[in-house]
Amino acid sequence: MAGIQIENVRKTFENKKEKKSHTVFENLNLHISSGEFVSLLGPSGCGKSTLLNIVAGLEQATEGTVKVDGKKIDSPGTDRGVVFQEAALMPWMTVLDNVIFALKKKMRKEEAKKRAVEFLKLVHLSKFIDSYPHELSGGMKQRVAIARAFAMDPAILLMDEPFGALDEQTRSNLHKEVQYIWATSRKTVLFVTHNIRESILLSDRIILMGTRPGGIIGEFKVDLPRPRKQASAEFIALEEKIMGQLAGEIEKVMREEMGDDYNSQKASLLYSSNRDMGGHI
Amino acid sequence: MAFEFRSTTLFPSPIGAVVQLYKGFFDTGILTSALFTSLFRIALGFILALIIGTILGIILARSKFADETLGSLVIALQSVPSIVWLPIALLIFQGGGTAIIFIIVLGGTWSMTMNMRMGLKNVSPLYLQAAKTMGYKGSELVWKVMIPASIPSALTGARLAWAFGWRALMAGELLGTGGLGRTLMDAKDFYNMDLVVAIIIIIATTGLIIEYLVFNKIENRVLARWGYAK
Repeated sequence: MAGIQIENVRKTFENKKEKKSHTVFENLNLHISSGEFVSLLGPSGCGKSTLLNIVAGLEQATEGTVKVDGKKIDSPGTDRGVVFQEAALMPWMTVLDNVIFALKKKMRKEEAKKRAVEFLKLVHLSKFIDSYPHELSGGMKQRVAIARAFAMDPAILLMDEPFGALDEQTRSNLHKEVQYIWATSRKTVLFVTHNIRESILLSDRIILMGTRPGGIIGEFKVDLPRPRKQASAEFIALEEKIMGQLAGEIEKVMREEMGDDYNSQKASLLYSSNRDMGGHI
Repeated sequence: MAFEFRSTTLFPSPIGAVVQLYKGFFDTGILTSALFTSLFRIALGFILALIIGTILGIILARSKFADETLGSLVIALQSVPSIVWLPIALLIFQGGGTAIIFIIVLGGTWSMTMNMRMGLKNVSPLYLQAAKTMGYKGSELVWKVMIPASIPSALTGARLAWAFGWRALMAGELLGTGGLGRTLMDAKDFYNMDLVVAIIIIIATTGLIIEYLVFNKIENRVLARWGYAK
């Protein structure tokens, strides 16, 4: 088991053509201890996915260091499994071969196969091991991706909005499955999301990120017993608290994208914060 | 005879063509041997074009230097109908057969190269990122991810290579030796227009079989699996 130490990290994107540069965040510090489930929550463009990619080793920090278990990270490795927003399954391989593909670097073929079958069973896909990705639904593909990441048995699991593209029912099923697998394996998880409820439901700690200047703007510990009930008073109180802090950030993003005439007061008339249909009946 | 407005020797009848087909395949055997000569040439030329095209495509996709130098040369060569190389090929290879195979290879290689290059360049970065997090590096990424991912594009290249190769073969044989093309010219020299049409029918049928029974079937399966289903 291993923790993650993010120290004084800055990420700047250079636009060589226009000779402009854009700093997403700087002086970012974050320590995640071993076995902890941490969510990065924030509006689009706040750099939460960028931060995750830096930890994954897929992108380089412009400044500062990221350490996993005391070792500096500069390239991707099998000690950090990643689940992307899209399942990223190789279309020319069957479901089983996709999982085996991820394990081949670590173990012999027969061993990999045994392990792949075991983990596909864990996400209830035993019937589909010989199917091809194009024959599966979005939720099933994401299940394969989760099975693949957990089967690799990385010390750290990085999840980049893994359920962002799924419908509500599928998402809530997958929440349960991820919680179950996480509870049994106790891996360190860094989870990127823009969904407040999702982050409260799953994580031990929520890191709130903002834009311009980017970086961490708040931190919430979630001290609710698991499994968590979304209807409980504590859950809703925490949601309100986070929502309140995020509202300002979201308005900043909207202003930037739509121009200065954007006004959240006016917009909120069209968009009630209580999105549950029938909530007023 | 008074009702004829064209000589029947120049304007062949369908029945005459069928008779010639029967004779050529089951009696004299000239069509059988011509067909096999042509098929052997296209098979050899096509396979060589696929191999050379694939290798060149990989080189162009992987090396920026090669792409900027060889790349434009390939585009220039692609716009030259390969049959114009025949005079040089006939001199270099002496024997007509090798020269024709050379023309087929030239006809097919460039489209295979360009499609392979495109396919490799357009591999979704997501596959590469995923494979990297699983510990794959360098050339392994090329063999295990990029090449399989670009198979649909390679297939388009192969299809074009076949089409160009098949046309190059016929043009080459009309001017060179052996095969269906030469037999067609011989038939014309003997004023046997029935046989000319018979050979055109064979060419059309062969093309049809390869297009619909081979390429279409493979393409449908590949496109479905790679998620571009129709």
